[in-house]
Amino acid sequence: MTDDAITATGLVKHYGSVRALDGVDLRVPKGSVLGLLGPNGAGKTTAVRVLTTLIRPDAGSATVAGIDVLANPGEVRRHIGVSGQYAAVDEYLTGQENLEMVGRLYHLGRQPSRERARELLAQFRLEDAADRTAKTYSGGMRRRLDLAGALVARPPVLFLDEPTTGLDPRSRTEMWEVLQELVKEGTSLLLTTQYLEEADLLADEIVVIDHGKVIAQGTADQLKGQVGGERLAITVKDGAQLATAGRLLAPLGTAPASTEENRRSLLMPVSGGVAVLTEALRLLDSAGIVLDDVGLRRPTLDDVFLTLTGRGAEDEAAPLDGRVLASAAASGDQR
Amino acid sequence: MSAATAVADGLVVAKRNLIKIKRVPDLLVFTTLSPIMFVLLFAYVFGGAIDQQGGGKGYREFLIAGIFAQTVVFGATITGAGLADDVQKGIIDRFRSLPMSPSAVLFGRTLSDVVNNVIVLFVMSVTGLIVGWRIRTSFLEALGGYLVLLVFAYAISWIMAWVGMLVPTPEVVNNASFIIIFPLTFVANTFVPLDTLPGPLKAFAEWNPVSAVTQAARNLFGNNNPASNGADPTGWALNHPAVYTLIWAAGVLAIFVPLANYQYRRSTSR
Repeated sequence: MTDDAITATGLVKHYGSVRALDGVDLRVPKGSVLGLLGPNGAGKTTAVRVLTTLIRPDAGSATVAGIDVLANPGEVRRHIGVSGQYAAVDEYLTGQENLEMVGRLYHLGRQPSRERARELLAQFRLEDAADRTAKTYSGGMRRRLDLAGALVARPPVLFLDEPTTGLDPRSRTEMWEVLQELVKEGTSLLLTTQYLEEADLLADEIVVIDHGKVIAQGTADQLKGQVGGERLAITVKDGAQLATAGRLLAPLGTAPASTEENRRSLLMPVSGGVAVLTEALRLLDSAGIVLDDVGLRRPTLDDVFLTLTGRGAEDEAAPLDGRVLASAAASGDQR
Repeated sequence: MSAATAVADGLVVAKRNLIKIKRVPDLLVFTTLSPIMFVLLFAYVFGGAIDQQGGGKGYREFLIAGIFAQTVVFGATITGAGLADDVQKGIIDRFRSLPMSPSAVLFGRTLSDVVNNVIVLFVMSVTGLIVGWRIRTSFLEALGGYLVLLVFAYAISWIMAWVGMLVPTPEVVNNASFIIIFPLTFVANTFVPLDTLPGPLKAFAEWNPVSAVTQAARNLFGNNNPASNGADPTGWALNHPAVYTLIWAAGVLAIFVPLANYQYRRSTSR
């Protein structure tokens, strides 16, 4: 048990008639990263709040850094760093003042707090903004300052609730680099996110929750495997050839394709990457079928989630049904 | 968690709130300009109209303690609005996840509001002195007058702290508290002698703690000018205003300190 940074067993939390958590079990081995995935309102934030001692669960138990969260919340707080969904920096304090205050409240002492603040501002490339109020910071800078706040006491266990939501792509990439660095140094991390890409990059293990229940868990690859790896998407020029194309490509698919007549398009789970794409193009070309568009698309969290909730997480062998694929195609079109 | 740690944590939080007075324009105006405006408005607009013969001077002197009381009561909304703002912005979540004393956020908040009130009272006193208000008692009595005002304001701050932890946004604190604070500060002896009020209002005003704190300050500053004050105050509360105010403040603290702390431990953003 002491080898686990975080454990949770049967966590339940009600808000009125809503079951925000409905028996959640989690385990994060020391030094590893758990990605907690789920749509808005799935219970991710509630789970983080329980584990960070902000709210008490109605049932269940949890330990963080080997300490019982319910019995000894004060001790837990000495071992964790928390960075929330909304950067909790005081916008009327400067970067330096914000971090110094956090240091003082971790009881590091006046001088060490000041030094640690300076160190973190340098680490997060905020030195130039150290004496400006956080109000003048960009979204990315605020997030970095908030994360720096979580790291003031060098906590062994870190909780990050959607650390990159609302960030532009460049800030997001920067945040990922910072987090990878921390993990390399041995920090255990629980991360909630809506982006499979993010979990894929950072997490050793992913747990998908919805309606307060764990509906799937495994590595990113395992989860993607569950939804059929990649998808081959084609759009033919002449709608009349769509059926022919479907028949030609069927042997390449790992599951039946779904077609959309009015869009002249077809979407089919495949595995094998570019080789499959090349083979598909060869087959279609030799049959004289002209394409408007073609591509390989990796499954998104939408795909994982829709697939899991659309047919039940335990029923892995069942073919993808039309509704799921139609939704997946729709979400693919938005990119 | 030792008491020394709790005090140190409270001071850290108070310092943070005080830094904000300098940097948030709303707070700075509330702390420096509004008090000046209140004194000048009431002294000249009301003072001039009500006490023509004395050139407004007697009534003006009578008014000042009332303005002090009203302003520090209004000032307590800063406590509530500030906390509601911290809850809304997620800063309370951060505080609550730190190994700090759980009561430090509220004690720090109410402490910084005492400092705020000291500044407000100072600004108002200087303005009052300029428009002709005088303290006609000893230094110690005058100090007592200010202390009663500060203790009273401190108690109100804790009510507002509780409100601030309950409501969703700072705006709600402001709107909700004004509904309570306006009648409380006007159905009182703050601006008019009580014998001008009709029966039920007079009875309310006689036991209104705002009347008591005003009367206490008035007595301790020596501003009970009979020409403006009308008849001597009636009722036990106004004949023992300082004692009544302190009892009242103690009662409020006994109820609202635990209540606000309970609410703090339960609250998270949104």
